[in-house]
Amino acid sequence: MVAAPKIEAVEPLKAPPLDGEGLGRGGLRGQLRVGGEVTPTQPSPIKGEGAESMIWAVLESVPDPEIPVLSVVDLGIVRSVDPNRVVITPTYTGCPATQVIERDIRAALDSAGYCDIAIGTILSPPWTTEWISEEGRRKLRAYGIAPPNAPGERRVECPQCGSADTEEISRFGSTPCKALWRCRACAEPFDLFKCH
Amino acid sequence: MASLTPIDLPAGVTGEGAFDAPVDEEGHRSALFDYVLRLGDDALILGQRLSEWCGHAPSVEVDLSLANMALDLVGQATHFLHYAGQIEGQGRDGDRLAFHRDVLDFRNCLLVEQPNGDFAQTMARQFLYSTWQKMLFDHLSASSDELIASVAAKAVKEVAYHQELSVEWVIRLGDGTEESRGRMERGLAWMWRFIPELFEVDETVTALTGRKVAVDPNVFREDYERRIGEVLAEATLDPPPDQRPILGGRRGHHSEHLGHLLCTMQFLPRTYPDARW
Repeated sequence: MVAAPKIEAVEPLKAPPLDGEGLGRGGLRGQLRVGGEVTPTQPSPIKGEGAESMIWAVLESVPDPEIPVLSVVDLGIVRSVDPNRVVITPTYTGCPATQVIERDIRAALDSAGYCDIAIGTILSPPWTTEWISEEGRRKLRAYGIAPPNAPGERRVECPQCGSADTEEISRFGSTPCKALWRCRACAEPFDLFKCH
Repeated sequence: MASLTPIDLPAGVTGEGAFDAPVDEEGHRSALFDYVLRLGDDALILGQRLSEWCGHAPSVEVDLSLANMALDLVGQATHFLHYAGQIEGQGRDGDRLAFHRDVLDFRNCLLVEQPNGDFAQTMARQFLYSTWQKMLFDHLSASSDELIASVAAKAVKEVAYHQELSVEWVIRLGDGTEESRGRMERGLAWMWRFIPELFEVDETVTALTGRKVAVDPNVFREDYERRIGEVLAEATLDPPPDQRPILGGRRGHHSEHLGHLLCTMQFLPRTYPDARW
């Protein structure tokens, strides 16, 4: 039997600051980026059995910057995890949150002691809203955003009152992933996470 | 749609038989660089054009639509131009290619650099371009080049939105008031002469079609003309009269408008090199 790793003995590493000068030449940018991948700077203390599920747990604590009720795992953008590498995929081609997400994941992994895990990005197969988890859909609704429909499904329920008597105001909403809708029953406007 | 004056295509351009040619890796790399630049520059220039609307559109919803389309396009450009820099292998990244090239080195088609004009003219341009881009990316999703295929497959879903939105506006303005109809007619008349360039096939496209990297746009030309015709019919508009086609963007021969666009887009990184947020 393999002994469980002693987590409490590990001094958590401080993540580099993510704003202002912290991203300058001496910060994340100069240190970590090599050829589009993040190169680790220090060895990880937690290895072996259980590492993957612990990494997943760390990722579940990383919120999406634009819809913070969702974690990056709920959003379905974490494509694979192994003890050496986390692979993510962007939601939209031009999503400005993509770089922020990558930095947030780096910071979360670093502060949990996983400094030598690389973060890779893949484009194919392209992300789809079908990868948003059931938990993610529930969180979206509770947050006031109608979760994406299955392809072809036209019925959209108001996240406030549950009525299906709703109409589209604008297909393009406050972010690339959302459309602006209105409920005819309760007269409230709401965002719909677009089927993608 | 009325037929357009045919453009000069090199004889025998079908893409077939290209495998018989001796393998020329340097030539292939140069053609691939050129082709990826075209994809990236189309997206970059149209994205920049649309972003000029930010804060000026007729309503807040339209403002958001245009800004979101611009964002999608700039996202495509980022992927393609970074890739172009890798292919070139001279140490230029996507930003360098976007902000430190001059007019003659841009490879976008002339359609995307045309000025916004009024909202109808912008929508006419979007309609003609997005309809073409959607069909192109549908085909490029099966490209033998992995990056081109994955960006196209990802972006095609976004481009479908651009196409839908512009189609709705062409119909709404065309089949609208006397004023809106006149504006849409003038917008289409301005953009019409730049359609043939979208279907131009030169050595770059020919070489890459042989390797299944690129697609000869003429394979979807009939579909394109049919789709444009259907939308104009629904908008109760007649196709504009044929005009002499204008070509040259793919070889760096641009209209005056591109230089003005680049002045705005490139001002900051050229004036303050290495500036950071």
